[in-house]
Amino acid sequence: MSTPSVAAIEQFAGKGAARSAARKRNRSAGLNAGSERRPRWLTYLLLGVTIAISFYPLYYAFLLASSTASDIARNPIPSLIPGSHFFENVQRVLESDIGFWKAVTNSVIIAVVTSLSVVLFSTLAGFSFAKLRFKGRGPLLVFVIATTAVPTQLGVVPLFLVMKQLGWIGQLQAVIVPGLVTAFGVFWMTQYLESALPYELIEAARVDGASMFRTFWSIALPAARPAATMLGLFTFVASWTNYFWPFIILGSANPTLPVALQLLQATFFKDMSLIMAGVVLSVIPLLVLFIAAGRQLVAGIMQGAVKG
Amino acid sequence: MTSTRTPAAPGPTASDERDRQQRRVGFSQKLGRWDVKLSPYLYISPFFILFVVVGLFPLLYTGVVSVHQWDLLKGKGDFVGFENFSTVLQAPIFWKSVRNTISIFLLSSIPQVILALVIAALLDANLRAKTFWRMGVLVPYVVAPVAVSLIFGQMFADQSGIINQILRNLGFTGIGWHSEVLPSHIAIASMVNFRWTGYNTLIFLAAMQAIPRDLYEAALIDGANRVRQFFSITIPMLRPTIIFVIITSTIGGLQIFDEPRMFDQFGRGGADQQYLTVTNYIYQLGWTNKNFGRAAAVAWLLFLLILAISVVNYLITRRIASEGGAKQKKRKKVSA
Repeated sequence: MSTPSVAAIEQFAGKGAARSAARKRNRSAGLNAGSERRPRWLTYLLLGVTIAISFYPLYYAFLLASSTASDIARNPIPSLIPGSHFFENVQRVLESDIGFWKAVTNSVIIAVVTSLSVVLFSTLAGFSFAKLRFKGRGPLLVFVIATTAVPTQLGVVPLFLVMKQLGWIGQLQAVIVPGLVTAFGVFWMTQYLESALPYELIEAARVDGASMFRTFWSIALPAARPAATMLGLFTFVASWTNYFWPFIILGSANPTLPVALQLLQATFFKDMSLIMAGVVLSVIPLLVLFIAAGRQLVAGIMQGAVKG
Repeated sequence: MTSTRTPAAPGPTASDERDRQQRRVGFSQKLGRWDVKLSPYLYISPFFILFVVVGLFPLLYTGVVSVHQWDLLKGKGDFVGFENFSTVLQAPIFWKSVRNTISIFLLSSIPQVILALVIAALLDANLRAKTFWRMGVLVPYVVAPVAVSLIFGQMFADQSGIINQILRNLGFTGIGWHSEVLPSHIAIASMVNFRWTGYNTLIFLAAMQAIPRDLYEAALIDGANRVRQFFSITIPMLRPTIIFVIITSTIGGLQIFDEPRMFDQFGRGGADQQYLTVTNYIYQLGWTNKNFGRAAAVAWLLFLLILAISVVNYLITRRIASEGGAKQKKRKKVSA
């Protein structure tokens, strides 16, 4: 985000939303576009094909999950009408001994705790970087940004040793604790609060005698809400879909959903309808989330999300 | 960018006037001062503490582990110098994993960026139901790589997969998507492309919408058609965003683990290690063979590889993107 002058911030004050320059330009571009001609059918056709390619693999999984293993062997191209065995296959997944419910519970706990904590700590740090003055602020922020480019996954061997030392192998905190706050989150909230939170509001709270933390809690946190929601969503998706580290540290005794899917594959590799039922079950929660909050994900990426 | 904030902006601790005021108002003056002085550090400390413990320390300590004999169960053994490195560098399987990783990375990143640019250009029009199309391309992003891999693993199944069946119906012979080197890389790359193309499309779309429309109007008057506009205006204007997307996908793409791990039920990268990636190899050395020393050595080598490819990438992209449209430094910030 460009460097907003005080006047610019004043202009934004009270709106509660950061409008970056790019965003504003979007809107005016949108207005111009109103007088622009609508695109021809070819554009819609190509986009339609794109969307079909995005959806078909998911539908394919559902088609297989609603058939039987022998159906799949007989006809590799499933008919577009689902079969009648979906609930039966789901039943078999739930009753199998891979501990599907436990995996669901674990995934929910990890994703919820991680998202809340990333939002809280990132907003706290973002508030500090964006609005407070302290020695070393600039270099420290540069350091945070630089760490987003560090392939930390490569430290997996010593990290495992640390967890072993702590006696955390196979325990959920071994997955939760390393993800409590991310560089991406800190950077994201810093950028947002820089333009969304007017200094005047902080001043006012301070003059009224609020402590630093009170100022954060009552002024910065509410102002950060739109960006915090997006950050929470991205963190939730990343946590729900994460496989590498949970697979290494939790193993089959205490799996998350992706680990459970791998167990399902290793145990029932001949029974594709069963495996696909597990896949469908694991995807449904995030699809529901997507229907509810997909707009925010789109807006988040377009406002400058980076892969985190 | 963010580090160069206007100093004129009054921070809560900034203006002396307010300090004086506080001195008059505040009853526990000292406490308030500490609050002002220490809070900023306190608030950023969780990130730094966590990064040091679970990010920086493990990364550096990888170096220590890599020069020792180190068993997963027995722990630290003798100091062996660079023996782990030399053993690994002489192992054909290591080079195979490097080849596979780079091949899969190229097959996923290049088509992905091109596709994302094209789809973004399609979306960057005065569409009906804008939100529907934008959400539509993002759907694959919420599907876990493990799930994508199971689905695509079946679609690309050599015998009962839909893709080979379609090929057979068209009169071709089926392809050994699992058994052969290049086809298996294509299959795995297609999983990555499936999940990330839409995401990158939206990043590009955001950057495209920030391009001033009068540039296109001027081009139109000059008689440039849409294709010409795309190559002469859109691509050059998108340069910083393209560099950004390529660099992030390099760092992530070279660490690919989930998709090849789940491509078959054994998870060993294929019978002939034809799709074993470097990260798969690290796992295999460390947890299957219980040889942490060697796993750490490979992790360091992968780190160097990522660094080298990032630099090469940056140089190439800078050159390609700067041909054509040179001078706009102003908006480097749409998506970073």
